[in-house]
Amino acid sequence: MFYREAGQFKTTYAADQALFPIRQDRYAMLAIVAIAFVGIPLFSSNYWLTALLIPFLVFSLASLGLNILTGYAGQLSLGTAAFMAVGAVAAYNFQLRIPGMPILLSFVLGGGTAALVGILFGLPSLRIKGFYLAVATLAAQFFIPWLVTKVGWFSNYSASGVITAQPIVIFGQALDTPREKYLLVLCIVALMALLAKNLVRSRIGRAWMAVRDMDVAAEVIGIRILRTKLIAFAVSSFYCGVAGALYAFAYLGSVEPDGFNLDLSFRILFMVIVGGVGSILGSFLGAAFITLMPILLDVLLTAGSHAFNLNLEPGVTSMMQLLVFGALIIFFLIVEPHGLARLWQITKEKLRLWPFPY
Amino acid sequence: MSFFFEVLIGGLLAGVMYSLVALGFVLIYKASGVFNFAQGAMVFFAALTFVGLQEKFGLPFWGAFVLALAAMVVLGILTERIVLRPLVNQPQITLFMATIGLAFFIEGLAQLIWGTNVRRLDLGIKDEPIPFLLERFDMALSGFDLIAAVVAGVLVTVLAVFFQVTRVGRALRAVADDHQAALAVGIPLKQIWAIVWSVAGFVALIAGLMWGARNGVQFALTFVALKALPVLIIGGFESVTGAIVGGLIIGASEKLAEIYGVPFLEWLVRMLFNISLTLGGIELWFAYVMALLFLLIRPEGLFGEKRIDRV
Repeated sequence: MFYREAGQFKTTYAADQALFPIRQDRYAMLAIVAIAFVGIPLFSSNYWLTALLIPFLVFSLASLGLNILTGYAGQLSLGTAAFMAVGAVAAYNFQLRIPGMPILLSFVLGGGTAALVGILFGLPSLRIKGFYLAVATLAAQFFIPWLVTKVGWFSNYSASGVITAQPIVIFGQALDTPREKYLLVLCIVALMALLAKNLVRSRIGRAWMAVRDMDVAAEVIGIRILRTKLIAFAVSSFYCGVAGALYAFAYLGSVEPDGFNLDLSFRILFMVIVGGVGSILGSFLGAAFITLMPILLDVLLTAGSHAFNLNLEPGVTSMMQLLVFGALIIFFLIVEPHGLARLWQITKEKLRLWPFPY
Repeated sequence: MSFFFEVLIGGLLAGVMYSLVALGFVLIYKASGVFNFAQGAMVFFAALTFVGLQEKFGLPFWGAFVLALAAMVVLGILTERIVLRPLVNQPQITLFMATIGLAFFIEGLAQLIWGTNVRRLDLGIKDEPIPFLLERFDMALSGFDLIAAVVAGVLVTVLAVFFQVTRVGRALRAVADDHQAALAVGIPLKQIWAIVWSVAGFVALIAGLMWGARNGVQFALTFVALKALPVLIIGGFESVTGAIVGGLIIGASEKLAEIYGVPFLEWLVRMLFNISLTLGGIELWFAYVMALLFLLIRPEGLFGEKRIDRV
């Protein structure tokens, strides 16, 4: 009744190509943007911002990056965290080595460095596919943190290997409260999500999907496979690199090579699977789900153990997390391979007919 | 020179241990086309169950072995029933991701049941140099490694006989060749898959015992299993021989790289950039990078089948 496009006529090509062709969608999007930019900073506490919202946004960006590579271009990668590490370390070094470097430019250059490294590790993708490629990306996952740890120059010869990230200063204004950091991250993520949304429906995005669906057929109709795959690797790594820089600068406040481990890569892969492979919205839904799930589980377990007077061992929560993560992945792959994004789509279709489905 | 051979043989024998894990991957891949990422978790689960049974109930070796094997068979059958059957006909990549989920599930389950402590596993084999070789050839080779090699050899022989001679083995090979043709001649696909997963569970148990006795039964076992992936890439996914040869190549080159490659790398860096670095621990990634380079030259591996894409 409320969600129906009847009567909304498109009279120009621009209207026909709009990102959100239905008016209700546009209003909903505006509302979400308003809440994210105004409502949340006004009404949420520092704990919520630092412990939930900033990591959520950073992980959204990283899973957006992985989704471009895996969901749109069909190249499975297990090295996401390594590309994040490249972005973080590169941004740190650009800040450190070049005096007067604007921090935003450092983030961009960090992403650019990650993109170059991504292209390097994407080169084998021309010859290999599927899980062969997944194993190849494991090389990046193990090699890059090792290199960063071993070569002292990257960490400016810090003894512990943990580097304190520089403070974020934009136009002489230091952003040190969680609220300001949140807004910075939000701006970057919103901008890059908009870019990604447009990218995947452009010529290059369509080429990615053609390669994903059947690369031989794509080649036959004249898509240059190597270039398409390498661009996918570059764009994806750029997103991951910026996410890594934000992870280090805005979330942790330190650059720790060991933090960018295989576990993080898997977590981001899970976000993509749960959220929806090949969906921009899905990256956000998946990131929200995987960020919130451990907290929810923790609360439930604590409440449960109080209610039944159980004495849980300290490790139980993290074990339960592994268990639930694994079960969820299998559940989603079996029941809804397109993830939460597809569920949302189904809801929308139902909503269009409501209350008189025929 | 004898030092070189010591390193080489030590590496080869360590490679046998990788092969033990890789065998499980190959079995499942051959029969069902699933790349089972959870094999490492299964190794961990098997070893932990074995040790847990011994610890909690004081069972003797064989009692614990049989019960752990039973647990692996149940796990295999449940996996087939709950995870694989609903995913039949899905793209391989989906199945691969499902096994990643399975790996997490099994890891969580194992530690939830048996706890997270590092356990010692004693098989009664000493992990120290054999005195005879030490005196005669001045080579420090562990008796444990030799026994691991023998176990791997026996395992491969048993599997080969199982595949070649028995009725079930033939059915397995038929399924591996062509699912639909196998179904058409009346081979029960579901049973075959359950059997394959059980056999893979058995291999996982053996590998888990060997690795557990060497490094202790701990979560890090799952990382050892990750090392089996480059082994598979070099050997080829479809070949039992490939798993063995790949394991040997990875094991040997890894050790040689650590001993001889690291000083060379350090020298290279000193020459090129005029800085001195200590670059130990390349064992961490060497196997993967080697597999990566290998893939560029021969994507199907040494003994794998060449794939032909059709539109």
